[in-house]
Amino acid sequence: MIRQFGLNEALFILSGIQATIALSLIAFAGGGLFGFVVALLRTAENKAVRRLAAAYIDFFQGTPLLMQLFLVFYGLPAFGVQVNQWVAVAIGLTLHASAFLGEIWRGSIQAVPLGQTEAARALGLHYKDRLVSVILPQAVRLSIAPTVGFLVQLIKGTSLAAIIGFVELSRSAQIVASTTYKPLLAYGLVAIFYFVLCFPLSRLSAMAERRLSVSR
Amino acid sequence: MAYQFNFAALEPYWTQFARGCWLTVLLATLAITIGLVIGIVVALARRSQIRALDLAAVSYIELIRNTPFLVQVFFIYFGLPALGLSFSPWSAAVLALSVNCGAFAAEVIRGGIDAIPKGQYEAGRALGLKPLQIFRYIVLKPALRIIYPALSGQFILALLTTSIVSSISAEELTAIAQSVDTLTFRSFEIYIVATILYLTLAMLFATIFKAIDRAYFSYPVR
Repeated sequence: MIRQFGLNEALFILSGIQATIALSLIAFAGGGLFGFVVALLRTAENKAVRRLAAAYIDFFQGTPLLMQLFLVFYGLPAFGVQVNQWVAVAIGLTLHASAFLGEIWRGSIQAVPLGQTEAARALGLHYKDRLVSVILPQAVRLSIAPTVGFLVQLIKGTSLAAIIGFVELSRSAQIVASTTYKPLLAYGLVAIFYFVLCFPLSRLSAMAERRLSVSR
Repeated sequence: MAYQFNFAALEPYWTQFARGCWLTVLLATLAITIGLVIGIVVALARRSQIRALDLAAVSYIELIRNTPFLVQVFFIYFGLPALGLSFSPWSAAVLALSVNCGAFAAEVIRGGIDAIPKGQYEAGRALGLKPLQIFRYIVLKPALRIIYPALSGQFILALLTTSIVSSISAEELTAIAQSVDTLTFRSFEIYIVATILYLTLAMLFATIFKAIDRAYFSYPVR
C-alpha cells in the first residue's frame, strides 16, 4: 500500500536524527580519546613509534570509510565476536575518527614553534610538563577550526551506516521514500535536516579559522 | 576458534577486481575533470559583481558541503526522476560525483585566486591586458601552483568517495566486491582485498601527484 507523505512521514525521518547525533557524538568522543593518543605517538621521539602511528593514519586516510565499516561489520563476526549494528558502526566510525583527529592534532602540535619545546626543556621541564603546560595550550587553539570541520565530516559519514542497514537519518529517509513513493521529497527533506545540523558547525569552524589567522 | 581465511576462493574473480579498479579510477577522473570545470565557473561567480550570481554560487557550495554524499546520490538517482530526469546508475554516479567535486573544487580555487596579491591585477590592468587575459596569465598560473596540492588531495578523496555509488549499484570496485560476495560468501576476505586495492590506488596516485608537483609546480631553486 502506498502511504501519503504527510507530517507523520516527515517526523519519522526527523526521528532518525537522534541516532545520527548519538552516533556522531560517540565516534567523536571515542575518536577524540584515541586520536589524542595517536597524535602523541605520531609526535613521539621514538622513530618506530612515529612510523607506526603514521601507518595507522595513512590506512584510514587512504581507504574509503565504507570499506572500513564493512571490515568491522564482517570482520568481527569472523573472529567470533558477535555485535549488533550499533556497536559495529560505532567501532568503525571511532577508529576512523581517531586517525583523522590524530592527524589534525599532530599538525596542531607541530605548528607550535620548536623554540617553545626547546625553551621548556631549557627550563628543566619534563615531557609531561612540557606537553601540558607549554605545547598543548597553544596547540588546542590552533586545532579548534579543523576539529570542528572534521565533526561535520563525521556527521556526514554516519550516513554510510544506512548502507549496513542501521536506521539513522539517511536510512529513515530511504524507508519513507520506498513506502510513499516520494523520493524527491524524502531525500530533499533529509538533506535539509543534515544541512541544519552541519551548516552552523561549518560556520563555527570558518569563524574560528578567521579569528586565529587575524591574531597571528 | 580461529577464522579460516580463504583468499584462494577469490582467485577466479581477479579480472573483475581489476575491472573494478579501472572503473573506480575512471569515475574519479571524470568527476574531478567535470568538477574542476564547475569549480572554476562557480569560483568566478563567487567573485561576480552581480549579487544573485554570488548568492547562487554560495548556496550551491554550502548545500553540497553540508549534506552527505550518500543523500546527494539518492536525491539524483531516486529523486530527480520525479521531475522527469532519469539517469542510469553510472550517469547518476558521474553526475553526483562531479557536482560534489565541483563544490569542493570551487572553494579550493577561490582560495588560490584570493591568494594572488591585488597589486598583480593592477599591474595587469596597467599593462592594458583585458580581464580574461589577466585571469589567464596573471591569476591562473600562480593560483594553480597554490591550489595544486589541495586539488590532488581532492582527487584522492574522490577516488575513495566513489565507493559510495555502489549503493545505487553503479559498477565500480565496491559494487563488484559486493557482487563477488553474493557468489562466494567470503565477505571478510573480499573487503580486505578491496580495501588493499583502494589503499594501493590512493598511494599510487599520491606518489604520481607528488612527482608532478616537484617537476612542474615547484619554484626553481638555484
